[in-house]
Amino acid sequence: MAEFLSLHDAVARYVEDGATVAMEGFTHLIPFAAGHEVIRQGKRDLTLIRMTPDLVYDQLIGAGCAKTVIFSWGGNPGVGSLHRLRDAVEKGWPHKVEILEHSHAAMACAFEAGAAGLPLAVLRGYVGSELPNVNDQIKFIECPFTGERLAAVPAVRPDVSIVHAQKADRAGNVLVEGIVGVQKEAVLAAKQSIVTVEEIVDDLTTLPDYHPNACIIPGWAIDAIAVAEKGSLPSYAHGHYPRDNAFYKDWDGIARDREAFTQWLDDNVMNAGENA
Amino acid sequence: MSLDYTSAEMMTVTAARALENGMTCFVGIGLPSEAANLARLTHAPEVVLIYESGTLQTKPDVLPLSIGDGELAESALTTVSVPEMFRYWLQGGKISVGFLGTAQIDRYANLNTTLIGDYHDPKVRLPGGGGAPEIATNAGEVFITLKHSKRAFVKDVDFVTTLGFGRDGKGRDGVPHIGRGPTRVITDLCVMKPDAETKELVVVSLHPGVTREDVCDATGWEIRFAESLESTPEPSARELEILRELKDRTARAHAGQ
Repeated sequence: MAEFLSLHDAVARYVEDGATVAMEGFTHLIPFAAGHEVIRQGKRDLTLIRMTPDLVYDQLIGAGCAKTVIFSWGGNPGVGSLHRLRDAVEKGWPHKVEILEHSHAAMACAFEAGAAGLPLAVLRGYVGSELPNVNDQIKFIECPFTGERLAAVPAVRPDVSIVHAQKADRAGNVLVEGIVGVQKEAVLAAKQSIVTVEEIVDDLTTLPDYHPNACIIPGWAIDAIAVAEKGSLPSYAHGHYPRDNAFYKDWDGIARDREAFTQWLDDNVMNAGENA
Repeated sequence: MSLDYTSAEMMTVTAARALENGMTCFVGIGLPSEAANLARLTHAPEVVLIYESGTLQTKPDVLPLSIGDGELAESALTTVSVPEMFRYWLQGGKISVGFLGTAQIDRYANLNTTLIGDYHDPKVRLPGGGGAPEIATNAGEVFITLKHSKRAFVKDVDFVTTLGFGRDGKGRDGVPHIGRGPTRVITDLCVMKPDAETKELVVVSLHPGVTREDVCDATGWEIRFAESLESTPEPSARELEILRELKDRTARAHAGQ
């Protein structure tokens, strides 16, 4: 049953050094506030899973929180590289990070398999790609019915998943609107989960625009809920605020330079209070 | 009368013309997205555009900066989860065309978006595969668009992120349930198609004002030209006007945020 905690307390309780953590949100509802709290609390040796590492993992990697990153597309969308990820992989700053890379299809299937309680995901994937040569988490199996060769990857089973959503109600039920990515799968696949939300309402089902097919994650499937207003900026929250595209462009300059990055981190995360 | 246009506009218009009404297109971000939306706003209003963020049949008014901009969800018929997107709609065989960009492409149209150099000691780390490895094999066919340069057009890619026709041109032979693969590559200089037998890319059409030498100079292998080499039709005034309006709207929208 979801417990209402401060973001600080939720991260302190559920994110341990060395944990496997998935912070999801497919270019939308990216849990930046939670990522910043993980950085502030100085968590170390994390295995970070995310389809699109985006700026949030660039920040966590640059801050020294990551040991391993599992991903399928590691860029700054529409802008270019993630320079902190590149600096860690290419030059080992602030330390060497191990990467395990997949395709989107495989990771999406792996989250779904995790949510479904299966040990692996099967897909018609990686045909002719050299990714299986460099990632031993990609194997091939034979379909027992047709003999077709299919790709298999292990299910994603994070110690903790963190996602951001628009609303939770007093019973802890969470409403996700717009691009839903793999957020529901990430929560259900994880041993424990934290959901940050823009706002708490009384009862989701009595909202005027409530729809019976809305994407709802029941409160009893979540461990902690924390309010984090504007918690996905510079990404966006459908119906609440737009994506800060200008910041995504500015990030390129900030993240290229170790000193500029460290200064940015000090000013905007480390010394910016609990809600930054 | 000849119009004034840039080679980049020539590329986008030519890429847009590859799409037709009745196609269901899985759209990559960047140049493919620009071309696909130009097609939708000009000759192919019924083309169905799908982005990997789960937005089905989307009609953005401005070009998205990311694959999951709010604009895509707001203008979509429906938005599904990412697992559903890849499993039901792509792997399930509902996509006729995948439209991709790339950092590197080789003579067999294999794509590299992973890295330059050695995998364990990269010179340049690129973003990685994203949706492309399965788009390229599970879509009915694949269109590729990118700017022509010797750095991008290499004899052998450093890493096959995404299958064209494999390192020997035979990568799709005998594979069940696989799409036809790349059927055309559109650059700012020309249009290429794979040879029917060897699958090696062959220039089939030169853009106006472009010479064979220009293409050879920008290609990292001895590129072949079709016997009946065509001249790519110029953009029309309407296509250029709509493309420029789309890009202006996009620039204004992104600057304002």
